[in-house]
Amino acid sequence: MSDTQSTLVKIRDLHFSRGPKAIFKGLSVDIPRGKVTTILGPSGTGKTTLLKLIGGQEKPSQGRIEVDGLHVAGLSRRDLFDLRKRIGMLFQSGALLTDLSVFDNVAFPLREHTKLPETLIHKLVLMRLHSVGLRGARDLMPAELSGGMARRAALARALVMDPMMIMYDEPFTGQDPISMGVLLELIHTVNKALGLTSLIVSHDLAESLSISDFVVVISEGKVVESGTPEALRNSQSAWVQQFLNGEPDGPVPFQLEAPDYASDLASSKERLDA
Amino acid sequence: MLNAIQSLGAKTLSAVATLGRAHAFLLQTLIGMPAAIARFSLVIQQLYASGVKTLSIILVSGLFVGMVLALQGYNTLVQFGAEESLGVVVALTLVRELGPVVTGLLFAGRAGSALTAEIGLMKSTEQLSGLEMMAIDPYQRIFAPRLLAGFLALPMLAAMFSAVGVLGGHLVAVELLGVDVGAYWSQMQSAVSFQADVVNGLIKGVVFGLVVTWIAIFEGADCIPTPEGVASATTRTVVKSSLAVLGLDFLLTAVMFSV
Amino acid sequence: MNARAMEILVGTFMLLFFAAMVILAMKVSNLASLTGGDGYKVVAYFENIGGLKPRAPVSASGVRVGQVSDIEYDPETFQAKVTLSINNEYSEFPIDTTAGIYTAGLLGEQYIGLDPGGDIDFLVDGDEVEFTQSALVLERLIGRVLVNQ
Repeated sequence: MSDTQSTLVKIRDLHFSRGPKAIFKGLSVDIPRGKVTTILGPSGTGKTTLLKLIGGQEKPSQGRIEVDGLHVAGLSRRDLFDLRKRIGMLFQSGALLTDLSVFDNVAFPLREHTKLPETLIHKLVLMRLHSVGLRGARDLMPAELSGGMARRAALARALVMDPMMIMYDEPFTGQDPISMGVLLELIHTVNKALGLTSLIVSHDLAESLSISDFVVVISEGKVVESGTPEALRNSQSAWVQQFLNGEPDGPVPFQLEAPDYASDLASSKERLDA
Repeated sequence: MLNAIQSLGAKTLSAVATLGRAHAFLLQTLIGMPAAIARFSLVIQQLYASGVKTLSIILVSGLFVGMVLALQGYNTLVQFGAEESLGVVVALTLVRELGPVVTGLLFAGRAGSALTAEIGLMKSTEQLSGLEMMAIDPYQRIFAPRLLAGFLALPMLAAMFSAVGVLGGHLVAVELLGVDVGAYWSQMQSAVSFQADVVNGLIKGVVFGLVVTWIAIFEGADCIPTPEGVASATTRTVVKSSLAVLGLDFLLTAVMFSV
Repeated sequence: MNARAMEILVGTFMLLFFAAMVILAMKVSNLASLTGGDGYKVVAYFENIGGLKPRAPVSASGVRVGQVSDIEYDPETFQAKVTLSINNEYSEFPIDTTAGIYTAGLLGEQYIGLDPGGDIDFLVDGDEVEFTQSALVLERLIGRVLVNQ
């Protein structure tokens, strides 16, 4: 029982495939409560898919995901929606609704899910916008925001329902150094000040390691390495070292699997001759 | 040869799979309908987007189609000395056929493509996923109000198209060609039945509205979430819904007007 | 676009739709004359009605005075029983009026023409028009010409 106390998300033997392609082959991860956990992995390892599995948008073909003790895939639609109200998710693009202003976007979950009076909603929204520094942008439309501002607005929206956990999908991709710093600071403060559990999926190494309490590296559908950022840096795994140092060749080969080079060239000559 | 057969098989299977997804989608949207009706302001927004914004093209087209019908009809009828029946020709053609069909085609091009692009964009910018993760059902919040609005707007637009067309026919027949104004309207009145013609025309509009909006929303929600995917889904919406309008029109006409 | 402006535009849209429906119902189609109902009905028996259809006009001297409200086959007289609905404002047709089936133009629709007789009594609701003239059926006409030769 103490396990569910300290672990918010428990993934056991997760299998998932999209079409013929197996994305997860027996993944097992624990996300500790109240900490910042980062899931690292190269592009195309299904990191976003993992967040969708945790949020119940996809169903695993095998294995079990528990969030706060609830078996996600087995929940009824109503229970799943109740669970989702307690989880905030920050999409890579922000996923703000394009036809609503920043203020209305942040107010959106409150207006949909609660019957709070408009004056209270106004206060709550301004508080959240203030905490991400966008109180001055309340009347802008999402199209008028920069990428970093859109993510901050989306973070305000994710926070407005006071969730127990926030999932960040590639929060650092394509950010200039300043907005990167702002986002790092926000994720850190939010986690500490509100006692939230934060789950980040990313391939941006340095930034992720700098704010994480706990790091999980996945590749080929399995956990390769996990532990504190320190432990990871000292990892003996050649794969992890290649990933951390960004070496072009190593356990992940530069050349994709292909027939022998010389015979391949010869056969293309034959094909032309024919 | 074998490859050709294989590709035919693969295309058939994928078409059947798409059809299945489309029906599951429609069912989910209909399940979300009561919630959408309960929040009618969402439907009003969509009536604005698909109805009001399509109105001008419908009115202008209706006027011109009615005028052309009168010109063409006059040239034929005058040979038999039956130009008094011009009103009948214009009104029956519009109310039974051209009203709903041309409105359906224009609606597919104007409102249908806009719907697909809008929803495709929402999908590719993760807004639909975002709604789901905020515990908001996109079927209730996004799809159902749009389907209902299209379903309501198209027959209404078709009625306006026909009405404006008959007035356009009046302009050409009476003011330009000198057909007797009494004959134009009274022959029309005695030949056009409200129940058989006007109501059936509206029923066609309702069917087209449902099908065109269904195709448009489904293509948007089913598209590949990239800019190219959204663009090709928009094209598919216009092609598929135009074909659906013409094909269904034949079926409905066969059922409604054959004796 | 604020909500109020949008609602006003959608309201205008609805009004335009209602206007279109009024035009379609009252001017284009026959809903007005059907719901009018302020006519009296007389029946007429014809040997052959040709292509006469319900709702065909009934006219006298070329003026529309009513419409055909019903057509049925009478198995006792082996004739077509046509019910005419004539507007109340034209209530003074003598009872020896003749009803004939004519064609408007060469290919036009068929209608019923009333030729008033000279009686001093007028047709009232439920009366029968005794003198009728059937539709000209082209085949019979040709046959008659051939026989007469």
